[in-house]
Amino acid sequence: MSGALNLLVGLAMGLNLIALASARLPSLIRTAAVQGMVLGVLPLLIERQVHLLVVLVAAGTVAVKGVVIPALLRRALRAANIDREVEPLLDYIPSLLLGAAATIGAVALAGLLPLLPEHTGALLVPGSFATVVAGFLLLIGRAKAISQVCGYLILENGIYLFGLLLIRSMPLVVEAGILLDLTVGVFVIGIIADRIQREFDTLDTRKLTVLRE
Amino acid sequence: MRELGLIVVPLAGAGLAALWPRDRTRPWLLPFIGLIHVGLAFWLLVDPPAVTPGTWLGFDPLARAVLPAVSLLFLVCAAYAVSYLGLRTERRNRVFVASLLAMLGLLSAGHQARHLGLLWIATEGVTLAAVPLLHFNGTARAFEATWKYLLVGGTGIALSLLGSFCLGYASLQGGGGGDLTFAGLTAQGSSLSHPWVLTAWVLLLVGYGTKMGLAPMHTWKPDAYGEAPGIVGAMLAGGVTTVAFTAILRVRAVINAAGEGAMADHTLLAIGIFSMLVAALFLLVTRDFKRMLAYSSVEHMGILSIGAALGGAGLWAALFHVWNNSLTKGALFLSAGNIRRAAGARTVDEVAGMAIRTPVSARIFVTGLLAVTACPPFGPFFSELRIVRTAFATGHAAVAAGFLGCLLFAFFGLTRLVFAIVDGRPRPAARATGPRLRETAGTVLPPLALLGASLWLGLATPSVLQETWTAAVQALLPTP
Repeated sequence: MSGALNLLVGLAMGLNLIALASARLPSLIRTAAVQGMVLGVLPLLIERQVHLLVVLVAAGTVAVKGVVIPALLRRALRAANIDREVEPLLDYIPSLLLGAAATIGAVALAGLLPLLPEHTGALLVPGSFATVVAGFLLLIGRAKAISQVCGYLILENGIYLFGLLLIRSMPLVVEAGILLDLTVGVFVIGIIADRIQREFDTLDTRKLTVLRE
Repeated sequence: MRELGLIVVPLAGAGLAALWPRDRTRPWLLPFIGLIHVGLAFWLLVDPPAVTPGTWLGFDPLARAVLPAVSLLFLVCAAYAVSYLGLRTERRNRVFVASLLAMLGLLSAGHQARHLGLLWIATEGVTLAAVPLLHFNGTARAFEATWKYLLVGGTGIALSLLGSFCLGYASLQGGGGGDLTFAGLTAQGSSLSHPWVLTAWVLLLVGYGTKMGLAPMHTWKPDAYGEAPGIVGAMLAGGVTTVAFTAILRVRAVINAAGEGAMADHTLLAIGIFSMLVAALFLLVTRDFKRMLAYSSVEHMGILSIGAALGGAGLWAALFHVWNNSLTKGALFLSAGNIRRAAGARTVDEVAGMAIRTPVSARIFVTGLLAVTACPPFGPFFSELRIVRTAFATGHAAVAAGFLGCLLFAFFGLTRLVFAIVDGRPRPAARATGPRLRETAGTVLPPLALLGASLWLGLATPSVLQETWTAAVQALLPTP
């Protein structure tokens, strides 16, 4: 069980690096979507007995993170008719190096923090920290609104990974509320990105420079 | 049940506003709901209900100590909103009114949340409800401000979720059975896993600190406050920051119980001084009087966290300052909104002589400036004086000196801008706006009422409030 879990978390960590290296928006969106789907499956592996609610949460996560939000982003991409280049503010090689350093750092940091016996050996904690950092790098290191939304999605995926540690002890109501809030948040971000495109005729956030001291 | 009414009534009002057919009459829902909310909040203030320890939501001492201030601020803003939306008939107000009411309901939930996850859900809800309010003006600049708010605020709120998970894991490590209420976590005390508690504190302070607008996570504030309508600025500066502050206080009580209180105090003190310093420096250079209010808000958030870091007496003063900050900032935002509309611009390069164009609002603005820079006999003077005295009494003389220095710089910065706007001769832009934007009772009385409340808090702080702050301090920092 733990082997399959670690394989998927490792896959998600690899997808972080692919996202950091993606030079084109469609591939960045696809990477974030695949990562979301991989993570959506994880609750099924963690729960000892699979009951209906867990299946529903897993299916919901896969549908939202893997299908709905990416479709929304692709639609925005088509409507905006923008250049598909990602346009890094932080170049690909430095982003990749930082991402790799963050992955190593996350593994080291997780080694320092005490874990419960059933979580030792699992990659959940380092995977979570590495994914959060990768998302953050995309958020600050990319110019276009859509790539920033992808960064935010990946950051959220990292937090979701950490949340899996608590899946057995947190009431499902809280989890459902959190999932709902995050979903609505991404939708709102998507809508605002759409409005920005209409107002400014661009999704390049470097053009958002009227407000400064 | 009354405490649930604080949440349910505004949310039901939001639903009603979304269905209400007429734009012209819809804004009246705001003061109507606001009045019910204030009635409930002050009834609960005077006659607090018993709170069962393990409950997820409850009108506990901390909620009782600050929520009525937010409620009062909302009522005044709601009264102002009727006149304001009457002036802005060119824009549909369905989403605006519904979001404002939803925000009040979620703010009430956030203040009363006694569960880590529930607190996060309410705070995130408030963040999202504020989005349609921020871009009400529909300009390109408003969208830019909203985008920055969403990205900075979204990242902050995501980090606070990660921090909440870490605190939950600390509890699991300590043998906890997954009870994530603050009472349950505090009861676990020093059995919480310390490395995880430290990680959680850093993430939660950064996360909720972003919502509060502590430097260096304050970058969304000037843009958002600059572009949003005055009422929204007032609610963000007086309501949303307050819920984030109470979140930090609740988490700190857990950290304290875990035996890491001294570390938490040091970080709060450092971040508070840094916020005051950053705010004071930016106040000296900014040329835009709405952005000025944002930096002033950053400064006051710094004051709150310094107060909270100085132990019981400091925390008492910080809770007092929450009231002063909400009411005084509200008066400033609403009068600044009047001035901004009549002037047609926002920077000192384009605005002058507003004492002639909008005499009453200009007077309120200047008096509000004196109140917010802690001139006696307004409330902020007394709360800040208490913080300085506590700093000296607890051997933090350097903190007190830095605090006073930053206040002085902020005073220079604020007076420089405010008098540049009020004095002199009106500019052409202001003459062009025409008589439609003359001051009316509806736009002048609300800020005046807030200023009056600030004065009243300073001259005669009601004993029931003093008693609630003492009870909240006792609940957060129990003295053995």
